[in-house]
Amino acid sequence: MATLPMESQKTSQIRFTLNGEEVDVSFAPYKTLLEVLREDLGHTGTKHGCELGECGACAVLLDGKAVVSCLVLALECDGRQVLTVEGLGEEGKLHPLQDAFADLGAAQCGYCTPAILVTAKALLDQNPHPNRDQIREALSGNLCRCTGYLQIFEAVEAAMVKIAGQNNSDT
Amino acid sequence: MPEEKDSTKSADSHSKANGDEFRVIGVPRRRVDARAKVTGQTRFADDIFLPRMAHCKLLRSPHPHARIRKINASRALAHPGVYLVLTGKDLPIQYGILPVSQDEQALCVDHVRHVGDPVAAVIAREELTAFEALDLIDVEYEVLKTISNPEEALATPEPRIHEYGEEGNIHKLVALEFGNVEEGFAEADEIFEDSFFYQGNTHLPIEQHAAVAIKDPDGKLTIWSSTQTPHYLHRALAKVLEMPAAHIRVIATPNGGGFGGKSDPFNHEIVVAKAALVLDRPVKICLTREEVFYCHRGRHPVLMKFKTGVKKDGTITGMHLQTLIDGGAYGSYGVASTFYCGALQTTTYHIPRYRYEGCRTFTNKPPCGPKRGHGTPQPRFGQEVQLDKIAEKLKIDPADLRLRIVESSNAVTANFFRLGTVNLAECIRRVVQLSGWKEKFRKLPEGCGVGLACSAYLTGAGLPIYWNSMPHSGVQLKFDRSGGVTIFCGATEIGQGSDDVLAGIVAEVLGIDTFDVRLFTGDTDLGPVDLGSYSSRVTLMAGNAALQAAERGKALLAEAVAEKLAVPRKRLRFADRRVFDSTAPQKSVTFQEAICLAEARFGTIGTVGSYTPPKSPALYKGGGVGPSPTYSYSAAVVEVEVNATTGWIIVPKIWIAHDIGRALNPTLARGQVEGSVYMGLGEALMEEQEFRRLPKRLSHALVHKFPSILEYKSPTSLDMPDVITELIEEPDPRGPFGAKEVGQGPLLPIMPAVANAVYDAVGVRIDEVPITPEKIMKALAEKKAGREPRFGPSHFPHVNWPEPLRVPPPWEGGDGNAVNDVPRRAKPRPEKEKALTS
Repeated sequence: MATLPMESQKTSQIRFTLNGEEVDVSFAPYKTLLEVLREDLGHTGTKHGCELGECGACAVLLDGKAVVSCLVLALECDGRQVLTVEGLGEEGKLHPLQDAFADLGAAQCGYCTPAILVTAKALLDQNPHPNRDQIREALSGNLCRCTGYLQIFEAVEAAMVKIAGQNNSDT
Repeated sequence: MPEEKDSTKSADSHSKANGDEFRVIGVPRRRVDARAKVTGQTRFADDIFLPRMAHCKLLRSPHPHARIRKINASRALAHPGVYLVLTGKDLPIQYGILPVSQDEQALCVDHVRHVGDPVAAVIAREELTAFEALDLIDVEYEVLKTISNPEEALATPEPRIHEYGEEGNIHKLVALEFGNVEEGFAEADEIFEDSFFYQGNTHLPIEQHAAVAIKDPDGKLTIWSSTQTPHYLHRALAKVLEMPAAHIRVIATPNGGGFGGKSDPFNHEIVVAKAALVLDRPVKICLTREEVFYCHRGRHPVLMKFKTGVKKDGTITGMHLQTLIDGGAYGSYGVASTFYCGALQTTTYHIPRYRYEGCRTFTNKPPCGPKRGHGTPQPRFGQEVQLDKIAEKLKIDPADLRLRIVESSNAVTANFFRLGTVNLAECIRRVVQLSGWKEKFRKLPEGCGVGLACSAYLTGAGLPIYWNSMPHSGVQLKFDRSGGVTIFCGATEIGQGSDDVLAGIVAEVLGIDTFDVRLFTGDTDLGPVDLGSYSSRVTLMAGNAALQAAERGKALLAEAVAEKLAVPRKRLRFADRRVFDSTAPQKSVTFQEAICLAEARFGTIGTVGSYTPPKSPALYKGGGVGPSPTYSYSAAVVEVEVNATTGWIIVPKIWIAHDIGRALNPTLARGQVEGSVYMGLGEALMEEQEFRRLPKRLSHALVHKFPSILEYKSPTSLDMPDVITELIEEPDPRGPFGAKEVGQGPLLPIMPAVANAVYDAVGVRIDEVPITPEKIMKALAEKKAGREPRFGPSHFPHVNWPEPLRVPPPWEGGDGNAVNDVPRRAKPRPEKEKALTS
């Protein structure tokens, strides 16, 4: 049919690394990374609250840096590394951030949680010992309507201590 | 078992309250659904993708008020990829959350009432196609006069936004008097008259509303939706689709935040249900953020006038409250909101005589409804700020003043609400002590200040939304040979932890771990009815139902085990997944063995529990709004720093004490308090649902000022102050393990405490919410000019109030009934309305 709806025109293709695994995906060229993750790759762990870059709910790590995936064209991601909440845990175990968020009440409705988790991971990767103000700053683009943020800060701090302990015991 | 850990860790984490020892209740625990949430596996409505699924988009009115002359969808239907276009005539039956205001249509038939009112739906193979096709629908409108605020509504009876209501554009008038207020004022040493305005604001859940509907293989309907009230949606769908309710299954997906904004049955839910039935394929809709602002049902803007009489010692002799409420374009919960605006004033401090007059008008804006605190934050703001003014005039410390007049446990108020435990005094004492109030109040340097305020809230609405005498909540338990227990309940998880409440109660009673429990909740096919996640009702009502079901199951297990172990039933204890003789713990069976013994003895083990609230003594008409099995209490002290040059307000710290009865899971309870404080702070300082006119050269339409998350300001992680939370735990016998609500009450004292702190800091009264730098600068300018150092409303428009229902309070021998019978205004009700409300 000549008049196939636009969204069905999966004329673009990229290969990138998603949560450590190489993937090929075809999609309509105008699609955002958020849409391709959710709709074409079945990774629904990444959420959306505005699709305008305002709420931060769709944050993922692109080459280790937190980005709002609703403002990134999937076409820009060819050959790059993307980490979503699905890739946080390892070997069937939760990441220390996930454990701390679960134990300390940092996830209430859980909708903003995946994005806050990866954003916090980017922070800890870059600065293993952030203070409270640096945590506030790093998460200031991620809106949460449930928690009032405090239990989130505490969970990031608890994970920070746990990760530092793990790293010490590794070396 | 999840691989990580048990929820109960070690013996030293056991909770000891009032001499009881609990292993689950009162222990800070990982909530049962936490793992799903931190791994991104919680399946929200928009995460559902089904084979052959089509997508729906709604065409919305660009006009705030208009007649629909003609709709032509032929061009849209011809667009490639479009499967179906629905318009109002396909779904003409009216519905609405309250039986008295069935005033909505899924798609407007001939009348649009606000910008964003839906007029047509396109269902297409792709979402983008549906979106494109919206532009191909031709709608001819006849623009009507816009009613933009309540004052205009009072002055403009025609054109009517609705053909029902009191008269003109007045939706609801309430007038109630409990004791002779004029006599109260005559006894007073001082009379205070103050006006306040509380701006509207919205819930802003991060999850946009979404729904997916399918026609089941057997021809029935299933809908997944981000709704807080699957039972009420179930009823609305049956009515509008003219299907037996038994052929409809509503599954409330976990809500990505609700806060009251997902409590109405919504047009988009009905539309996708209809489309799925017509097309026989799954149909999904996910609203854009802009559309979420049009759904609204948020905080009503309320203009208030308080007249309060007091003795020199602070004793209140009478209070008269008038409210003018901006309802927006539909009824929603508005009739209840109008009563709520005047209901809970009496529950914190003793008010011997009380008169309330409330008026809700329709306006051409998105409909207002229930937001966290439903109808109570607005008058609470006025009442607590006025008390601050009273304390200053009487030269009494505001904390001491409140301590003198707090209501007592088990009191019946002037308006016949029976209170449960009341630990407001303890809340006040605790925040006064923790905050160093006595060293700070009126003593901090210029620009710094502290403010105090209190509040009360329902622990569940005492009456259901539609009249019936059935339980408000039901729970079924299945005991499995595997040792597992499954909970079936209609309760809806909106992030507040309703699943964890149910699991915690059942696990405690049966001596198992919360992770041994499976839950099927929010599903109208699987579980018995629970009315929904609103009015802070779940912990007490669903919790009590779960408690009853668990106790019944425990009794069956105990009987079988007692026989097996030859131990009297009374001596058996259930703990650590074992059932044992409390005098000889080695004499035991595992919990799994206990189930098998019981199943062998009695057959398949399943139990049920249900909860119906006690009858309220408020028998007068309108007394159905406000009664609750018990009430929670909060007190807060807020510290502020106000920059007198810019008006900028910083809140460094907040202390809050909440009378919770018992915290079932302290981690979650604290989260509810902090989340309430956060949301209250947003309302106090920045959040507002504002409107503007488009330029005249365009349509001059009344539109939302900023329907986006960027411009609708809400507090970020940088704005959140430190919060010191104290949970006051005196178990209330009406709650499961003594628990009362915590999800809404702690929001209420924040806004007035901020206003009172601003006054302490810079000596200006901001009698209006939100308290913005601009308003502070204006008030400071007034102060400098030697005028009243205040920003706020100065007049209350004339309302033609009806004669009040007169209800003598209990101490005047009242029995809860009105002594006069006020006839409805003599006006024949239109045939249509009669049919709808019957």
